[in-house]
Amino acid sequence: MIKKINLPLTAELAKTLKAGDEVLLTGTIYTSRDAGHKRMCESLAKGEPLPFDPTDATIYYVGPTPAKPGAVIGSAGPTTSGRMDAYAPTMMSVGARGMIGKGARLPEVVEAMKKYNGVYFGAIGGAGALLAKCIKSAELIAFEDLGAEALRKLYVEDMPLVVIIDSEGNNLYENGRKAYLEQRK
Amino acid sequence: MREINVSVLTDVIEKLCIEANVHLPSDVKCAIKTCRKCEDGVIAQGVLDNIIENFQIADNENVPICQDTGMACVFLEIGQDVHLVGGDLTEAVNEGVRRGYDKGYLRKSVVKDPIRRGNTGDNTPAMLYTEIVPGENIKITVGPKGFGSENMSMIRMFKPSAGLQGIKDFILEVVETAGPNPCPPMVVGVGIGGTFDKCALLAKKALMRPLDSKNPDPYYADLEEEMLEKINMLGIGPQGFGGKTTAIGLNIETLPTHIAGMPCAVNINCHVTRHKTEVI
Repeated sequence: MIKKINLPLTAELAKTLKAGDEVLLTGTIYTSRDAGHKRMCESLAKGEPLPFDPTDATIYYVGPTPAKPGAVIGSAGPTTSGRMDAYAPTMMSVGARGMIGKGARLPEVVEAMKKYNGVYFGAIGGAGALLAKCIKSAELIAFEDLGAEALRKLYVEDMPLVVIIDSEGNNLYENGRKAYLEQRK
Repeated sequence: MREINVSVLTDVIEKLCIEANVHLPSDVKCAIKTCRKCEDGVIAQGVLDNIIENFQIADNENVPICQDTGMACVFLEIGQDVHLVGGDLTEAVNEGVRRGYDKGYLRKSVVKDPIRRGNTGDNTPAMLYTEIVPGENIKITVGPKGFGSENMSMIRMFKPSAGLQGIKDFILEVVETAGPNPCPPMVVGVGIGGTFDKCALLAKKALMRPLDSKNPDPYYADLEEEMLEKINMLGIGPQGFGGKTTAIGLNIETLPTHIAGMPCAVNINCHVTRHKTEVI
């Protein structure tokens, strides 16, 4: 069964989500990749505020293609999350709870997720044209000089995602593969 | 001797950059659809359906299939009876990439220095590979290469004693290590032989070969089939969520090599394996 969830991602909501759940996500999310995360973590180290309120926020690891005239955004699928592993625990420590991306995470990220009730969602890598259809508005809010890597505020409706790692540390990459191999026996 | 103005190459490369990023090659589409029919994983079936829907949207709405519109790998096979006139070839190629990525609303993903970074703003320079061949034509292939998968590629210099088994184990090791990161289902390009650098190039060229083709040497054609089957026994599946379809294709290219060596490179690509060719 597909779960419909509405943001913000409170701790209570996060705890109801389990690895392997297919969800349709609606609400406001923020985009950031390597360069944006680096800047945000440097700001936090200096005691400066972030360009958005991180409380219960969800960050989408994406660098979209430029929007064609009349379009909200260009193609917008996830990038490899592992490159944000160096920054994700810091982001969670200030309240950011949801992460949308693809690919494996380091154990220290999973530990931080358990500590802060974080949830790691997977979007389909390479399905940028399909995912862009769920994005109803996009607003550039910081780091314009980073181009595709600039920080954007998006409003998404029914964005199709799968919970890859839940707040208890259960991991679909491990469980899903194991379950499939057992099913095939 | 046939004279070709380099501006002709600029125009063709501009067009190929856009077409390659918007329309998935028919052999790749066909391979994905065939794999969907054989897929027995439940989540995996849904993922493959979404992947098929995605390339259909890209086709119908003329938008990039994936937001990582890649580094522009440009392969030129230049006939030795061609005389290029009208300017600098490399600049003409870069101008084609510059225009294509601008007019096609493609993402600019190139930084000007590997350590100091800084986006070049126009997706140049192209990664240009030139080869002199007989004849008076130029074969132009543009293969935009995303880095989610490029980052999971590897090369190893084997001792000859490692033999065929060493190569087989290495291919599986690279795919296993890549796991969910390169947006599986993957396409696997394998280069065996040559020197360190030529071996890596072979692997990249293997990714440009259609998935419905086979290595002309039956020994390697059999190895392609065997390794694809073995990869699809790993259970990684589409997006790494578990399933049969870990790879939709595997191509092997080889070259003679030194008596002391057996290099092997494995270049990983995602299901958005793009390449478009035109001959002028």
